[in-house]
Amino acid sequence: MTTDEKTTLSTLPDEQRTPLLKRLTGANTLWIGLVLLVLVATFGAIRPDAIFQVTTLQFLLAETAVLLVLSVGMTFVIITSGIDLSVGSVLVFASVSSAMAMNAVSGGDATNAGWGVIAFGLLVAVVSGAVWGLLNGLLISRAKIPPLIVTLGSFGAAQGAALLLNNGSNVSGIPDKLNRTFGSGTYLGIPNIVIVAAVVTALGALLLSTTRFGRYTYAVGSNEEAARRVGISVRGHLTKVYLLAGTLAGLAGFMGNAFFRVAVVTGHETDNLNAIAAVVLGGTSIFGGMGSVLGTVFGVFIPAVLEKGLVIIGVKEFWQPIAVAIVLVAAVWLDQTRRRARNQR
Amino acid sequence: MSQPLLEARDLTKNYGTVEALRGASFTAYPGEVVSLIGDNGAGKSTLVKCLSGVEQPTSGTLFFDGEPLVLDSPNSARDLGIETVFQDLAVAPDLDPAANMFLGREILKPGVLGLLGVLDKKAMRRQAAEHFTRFGATLQSIDVPIAALSGGQRQSVAVARSVAWASKLVFMDEPTAALGVVQRERVLEVIKRVRDEGIAVVLISHNMPEVLSVSDRVEVLRLGRRVARFKASDTSVEELVGAMTGALTQEDAA
Ligand SMILES: Nc1ncnc2c1ncn2[C@@H]1O[C@H](COP(=O)(O)OP(=O)(O)OP(=O)(O)O)[C@@H](O)[C@H]1O
Ligand SMILES: [Mg+2]
Repeated sequence: MTTDEKTTLSTLPDEQRTPLLKRLTGANTLWIGLVLLVLVATFGAIRPDAIFQVTTLQFLLAETAVLLVLSVGMTFVIITSGIDLSVGSVLVFASVSSAMAMNAVSGGDATNAGWGVIAFGLLVAVVSGAVWGLLNGLLISRAKIPPLIVTLGSFGAAQGAALLLNNGSNVSGIPDKLNRTFGSGTYLGIPNIVIVAAVVTALGALLLSTTRFGRYTYAVGSNEEAARRVGISVRGHLTKVYLLAGTLAGLAGFMGNAFFRVAVVTGHETDNLNAIAAVVLGGTSIFGGMGSVLGTVFGVFIPAVLEKGLVIIGVKEFWQPIAVAIVLVAAVWLDQTRRRARNQR
Repeated sequence: MSQPLLEARDLTKNYGTVEALRGASFTAYPGEVVSLIGDNGAGKSTLVKCLSGVEQPTSGTLFFDGEPLVLDSPNSARDLGIETVFQDLAVAPDLDPAANMFLGREILKPGVLGLLGVLDKKAMRRQAAEHFTRFGATLQSIDVPIAALSGGQRQSVAVARSVAWASKLVFMDEPTAALGVVQRERVLEVIKRVRDEGIAVVLISHNMPEVLSVSDRVEVLRLGRRVARFKASDTSVEELVGAMTGALTQEDAA
């Protein structure tokens, strides 16, 4: 037998895994987490009284919860090397149709409705989100239209459909019960809406990192042809991923209803871009095949913390998008240089 | 001779106006090593893709164990025990070697977790490590993405993956192209070992001495057609090159 300078697998003890610390520092996620930590620490050092106020934190979390749910779905989509521009419009559509459905079954005003109506509203929101997601998925995987174009189409179409539903106005009459529990309610000081978002995020993280569904998501994004050749149903999987993103957008619409006590038809035009920015900031590669839900969590909070922090320390809030833009471009640039270095071998 | 394991008759494959195959035939017998050789662009990779269900031939027929066969997807070939090392390797660069080896055949955790689709990563890593050792893939670490490996290591992983799952036939499209001397010898060893287990190996290679040393038979493809077949023991490099370039033709080969 020839001796090699490299060690063969058999001679390496215990599955020769890379040490945990090395694996962690090699991942983008850790660095993004550190950036977030530094931001919080900096703002905290400047104005500890304002930042660590319970209400500030509660509000920050609650506002971010909806975006977080959208971004979890977006993480899956981007890992398949796709994109979903429609999430904000789908959210609006789901939110409007859910509010109208709840009103309809309560004789026009659902303000005093009970849990049955609320459950029905949740179902309507989730299903209408799922239908848009399914439509996106089928057009992308079967008709082979690029995701950018398909979801640009549904971005407009879902928004238009939402406006048509109620003639372009917001829908009020959200059940008080819903608002009191999930909208403004808290558990141990944590807003309930945040708990919902956290549970969704945790499930999303598990789905992505521990299951076959997650593995196929990475495989399809990493090399679609390779996935096809090992017998993975690439079309089916892509459909499911966009379906997931749509469903989560539907849920996010319902959460918005609970929080704002009204289904608003405006103000979500840039949700898609915010979600994409969060996912990419979190170290998920826009080229597919790489990424994590944990990273997305950090990515969601960086712009939110910047915004709140800049306001609190008295910097004009107009600096916030500029600061986010710089971090975002830097993140993608880093990802790209790393890829290029790797692909040259 | 015994009945062919896999036989292709008069396959054609058009990509738009390009005729990649123009009536190509091919035969593989059980438990043999048969080399498929030909110049660049002769249609070898296209033939392999048609025979592993990745591409559908424009016309022509396939037989497996004497029965007519339609390979409408990669899965139907895999179900028959046919595995392939593609020329472009077809690995997912962002996944680690173990994940690539089990891609499409993941091991799930036992019980409820398995029903939920939860992967048994530990079992897969362990089995993959054993397997890579047995088939001589030299890797420093089993949990780095494939993209971080050298070209030759990637090729070794692809070879190890194919022989791990094949039960009847393995296609290897230039499996030694990027390999160093030691790894090349290992792959040739692997080919012989697989053959000795009764699995047929179809080797595509541009290295004639390698072809002659490892094969039982050689089939030659030229311009999308089979132009010659030889027993490896009674041919020579000169004869093979002659057949590939068209200097020599066999009447009955097509
Ligand atoms: N997807 C495709 N689209 C168009 N033409 C193709 C495609 N695949 C192969 N061809 C053409 O078919 C012909 C045969 O290609 P093939 O890859 O089968 O050759 P090969 O014998 O494997 O060559 P090599 O030794 O260089 O690997 C070439 O002329 C090639 O340009
Ligand atoms: Mg080829």
